[in-house]
Amino acid sequence: MLTINDLARPGLEPVNLEISAGEIVAIMGPSGAGKSLLLRAISDLDPNTGMVMLGGRAREAMPAPTWRKEVGYLPAEPGWWAETVGEHFQNWPSQQDSLATLGMPGDCGDWPISRLSTGERQRLGLVRLLEGVPQVLLLDEPTSGLDADTVESTERLIRDYIGTQRCCLWVTHDDAQAGRMATRCLRIEAGRLAEPTS
Amino acid sequence: MSYITLDYADLAIAASLVLISGGASLVLRLDIERRLLIATLRMVVQLVLVGLVLKALFANVSPLWTGLAVVVMLAVAGREILARQSRPLAGFWAYGLGVSTMAVASTLVTVFALTTQVAPDPWYHPQYALPLFGMVLGNTMTGISLGLDTLVTSLTRERAAVEAKLTLGATIHEAMRPNARQALRTGLMPTVNAMAATGVVALPGMMTGQILSGVEPVEAVKYQILVMFLIAGGTGLGAILAVLAATWRLSDPRHRLRLDRLAASRD
Repeated sequence: MLTINDLARPGLEPVNLEISAGEIVAIMGPSGAGKSLLLRAISDLDPNTGMVMLGGRAREAMPAPTWRKEVGYLPAEPGWWAETVGEHFQNWPSQQDSLATLGMPGDCGDWPISRLSTGERQRLGLVRLLEGVPQVLLLDEPTSGLDADTVESTERLIRDYIGTQRCCLWVTHDDAQAGRMATRCLRIEAGRLAEPTS
Repeated sequence: MSYITLDYADLAIAASLVLISGGASLVLRLDIERRLLIATLRMVVQLVLVGLVLKALFANVSPLWTGLAVVVMLAVAGREILARQSRPLAGFWAYGLGVSTMAVASTLVTVFALTTQVAPDPWYHPQYALPLFGMVLGNTMTGISLGLDTLVTSLTRERAAVEAKLTLGATIHEAMRPNARQALRTGLMPTVNAMAATGVVALPGMMTGQILSGVEPVEAVKYQILVMFLIAGGTGLGAILAVLAATWRLSDPRHRLRLDRLAASRD
């Protein structure tokens, strides 16, 4: 479904990767190894070389905004541009189900962004990303700020969303989470992506 | 109406006022007498030199010499724009973007005024061209440097917000729009404030000068209004050109935010 050929940028050696529909691929590795650089390069947020295709269509064949809508990237610390939570969504009322699943109160639309905790920002950033219905998810430690219960419901929400038609690249530090979620596990060390030896 | 000529003795008497300030600094240990002395000397030397240069330019009205003076003024103002950026663009653009947009805006506006409203003969007569150009240039320079600095500062600070919009499928223009708007507002603010306060809080220097040299107040006011329009036009055009050019330089056709095209941070 997502095909990556010789994708490279400063700090990242050429990456070749094929992800099928229904797959969740975990990316692990020490801090600074290039995990976030890889996700940013796939999302085309930084200059990079190589080829990335979604369902046989090359990234360069479509406008960058269209590509990023299809290949949704969630940074470890999602950004916010307006005062309150609700302003960041196309259609805030229709988010109630996802919010309830993730343990966010339904009236948090009026909350100021400055009041949110790290974990709340991560969950709201995820809901905001899913609103655009991307076919591929690029998630950068989406549950690092969450307690155990919320981690579980977040994992369930993402697994249900991926289903059999979509796919996901999931950066995580947590071996147990990779074991629960991933159909495949890859490691990045010093900018080089490889299958783990162990 | 009459014009009162000053002789050098008059200036010497007035200079005693600076000596009083310097004396106060010594007595009260304000430690500012040295800087006051240097600033006073610079002011006198610079103004005398400008007077001599203008005198020479007026004595032989030439498009070449007037043009050369314009180029020198632009070059100095361009350096000033660069000095006022907390984080300029990398390479040639640091100087080139500010000075080229400033040159286009202030030259267009001044030539427009010289060929249609003021219309001296010849239109490039330095007695009219250089004072008008100087006033438009000074304000355009402020507008551009404020606009560019605000744009870069806000894009750097709000990078995560801009990129959040990009990841949700916004175009780079949509994503940068609030920053560009803020930069233009800041760049135009001094001009808007000056127009709103002028005549009430302070009498503009150019108008005051014309009144002192014997021009009818209403005629001086007409000139001041013209100059305010020129300044508003030059600042608006310059700030818009510079901010648009900078947003173009800080993005690319793949709708990325290219902060890597800024010079390395100074702090």
